[in-house]
Amino acid sequence: MTSPVTAAPEETDPGAAVTRRAEARRVTGRSSAGKRRQRLEIAMFVAPALALMAIFVVYPVYSAARMSMYRWKGFGPLVDFVGLQNYVRVLTDDVFTDAVVHNFIIVFASILVQLPLGLALALLLNRRIRGRGLLRTIIFVPYVLAEVIAGVVWFQMLQPRTGLLETVLGSVGIPVPEQGFLGTPDLALATVFVVLTWKYLGLAVLLFLAGLQGVPDELHEAAQLDGASWWQVQRRIAIPLIAPTIRTWVFLSMIGSLQLFDMVWILTGGGPANATTTMATYLISQGTQSGNFGIAGAASVVLFLIGFVMAVAYQFLVLRRDTKADA
Amino acid sequence: MRRSGRAALSVLCSSAVLLTASACGSGDDSSASGGDENTITWWHNSNNEPGKGYYEQVAADFEDANPGVEVEVVAMAHEDMVDKLAAAFQSGDVPDVYMERGGGELGDHVEAGLVRDISEAASEEIDKLNPGTLAGWQVDDKTYALPFSVGVVGFWYNTELFEQAGITEPPATMEELATTVEQLKAAGITPLSVGAGDKWPAAHYWYYTALRACSEDVLTDAVSSLDFSDPCFVEAGEALATFIETEPFNPGFLTTPAQEGATSASGLLATGQVAMELAGHWEPGVMQGLTDNGEGLGDKTGWFPFPAIEGGEGDPEAALGGGDAWAVAQEAPDASVDLVKYLLSDEVQQGFAENDMGLPTNPAAADSVTDPALAELLEVRDTAPFVQLYFDTAFGTSVGNAMNDAVALLFAGQATPEEIVEQTQEAADREK
Repeated sequence: MTSPVTAAPEETDPGAAVTRRAEARRVTGRSSAGKRRQRLEIAMFVAPALALMAIFVVYPVYSAARMSMYRWKGFGPLVDFVGLQNYVRVLTDDVFTDAVVHNFIIVFASILVQLPLGLALALLLNRRIRGRGLLRTIIFVPYVLAEVIAGVVWFQMLQPRTGLLETVLGSVGIPVPEQGFLGTPDLALATVFVVLTWKYLGLAVLLFLAGLQGVPDELHEAAQLDGASWWQVQRRIAIPLIAPTIRTWVFLSMIGSLQLFDMVWILTGGGPANATTTMATYLISQGTQSGNFGIAGAASVVLFLIGFVMAVAYQFLVLRRDTKADA
Repeated sequence: MRRSGRAALSVLCSSAVLLTASACGSGDDSSASGGDENTITWWHNSNNEPGKGYYEQVAADFEDANPGVEVEVVAMAHEDMVDKLAAAFQSGDVPDVYMERGGGELGDHVEAGLVRDISEAASEEIDKLNPGTLAGWQVDDKTYALPFSVGVVGFWYNTELFEQAGITEPPATMEELATTVEQLKAAGITPLSVGAGDKWPAAHYWYYTALRACSEDVLTDAVSSLDFSDPCFVEAGEALATFIETEPFNPGFLTTPAQEGATSASGLLATGQVAMELAGHWEPGVMQGLTDNGEGLGDKTGWFPFPAIEGGEGDPEAALGGGDAWAVAQEAPDASVDLVKYLLSDEVQQGFAENDMGLPTNPAAADSVTDPALAELLEVRDTAPFVQLYFDTAFGTSVGNAMNDAVALLFAGQATPEEIVEQTQEAADREK
């Protein structure tokens, strides 16, 4: 998944130079041979990407879908065809349905918590305040940290008795659960979510800030001349103007939450008592760990379908007007 | 010819690196099985000294004794080896000599035709080994691998902390264990650590209560028939649930990992944070790796067997254990069998024992174990009426993991003893 920030084309991009050269050629050669050559050129440039896509995306999806119809332990030929039985098992397995619920809790909690928080921080950091650069860095650093490293650090901090967090909270008189935050089934998912928010807030703030930079100063000035307060300027002008950025962030956040794996795996491994399983941890525990590759295949197809439907629906219902406006 | 063919292939690979990287990658492993009749690929997990160097020496000696044969030794970290083996089985490109943990897992490999039957070829070595030990690596009375290290699970404890709490005798029954837990708590010591986050360490408690509650016949029968209807399996869960109610475990045990880092179950025991942990013969080695001075608990290390259950039908001397065996891939060159036989020879097993690499299975090497803790375990193992292979290994990963998941839920207070049996049975029925 590439973030829209890095995908922005720049003048120094070698790809831009190539297009320019191609354009130049197009002007001179109008013959059909030139056209064929042009098509060949396109094919040559696109082929590696398509081939990679076929090997690393299309084939695995096909392979998982095929696997999901068989009972297979991970070796030997696929012979034990069971039809849709694996799907029935996955969809009636409480662990999987709970995992889906956990994924959706994370999807909605991310939007409900990280969006207002990220927006507030972005608006704040967009003002001229002392130490702005430092503050921006502090908020963005967690996002740059490797997920596993951040996870291990939090895991150690959240340890009961010996963890840093317990010491800090204890010294200000906040009671800590006996089994620790990660070891208590009722608190584990919320704890994971707090860590995820800490980790990914930086991305939201960065995207929103980038959007805010694009709001012309003249608009601010004009509104101020009309007597609008700072808050009115943000609410009526800045936020509506960065709405496309916000919608894109929501999309990224949604997909990321559905595929959530690394942080959960490191912090809890899906436990305690399956309180933090996600669809992706279910894949690992059924597939590579238990050797039920057919069931894992079925679960991965379900995950793919949920992600696909949500992505298409969001594209159709929400993002469409952004792309339309561009065109 | 062979060389130039390989070179051409590599040119092809590099000219289309991105597209064919995976295909060429697996091509390089083709020497792993078949292909060259004189090269044996041998995968093992002794990637630290002295084990690594010792096995290199063993391979060199074997090459000297068998002119023309070349042994390609690949030492890797245990987790890496497990992952690579899984991939190897998937592709059918199995190394010539590799490690098998036995039980249902081996059964699956046998069924898929990946492992060679060595009952005839290695009959001499098979006769030397304890038939009870060997049973875990036999399918339908045929032997598919030779166990070279088999250990037992029990309670490792910190003798100093026991003294502090005024405990003189390690507990012999579950009631005494509960008393021990109380005494330790009264002295302000956390009694036990368990890596329930990894599930299997928690499951080992249930395996052991089942071993104490069920007779040998019931267990042997369950392994082959996958029938858990005997009431002793529910009794096992009840005994465990009663013990869990005494709240003996380290705080946060539900997400505690087994062996990684100082806050893992092994780490807590190694650093004196808890008094006891239920673990296998690997524990002293693991603890050494988790302490700065590399000594683990050092001379404070104590061991006692899992206590008996009153009224249980199981033999209190029976042990839960497991180990590793050398297996030969179906497609491997015949010399591979000779290598496995050599690995089980008196000479190699003695060296294996002298280097404290595990608990040798060849009786001739029993006296060569130098580490006192391992020597004690060896005696426990060899005097046990029978050694039950870890249930998750014995039943295969699919049933085993369903069982482990259910036991982990019992630890969290979210499953009943009956549900453990139900879930296990359900997973087992799907295997039939």
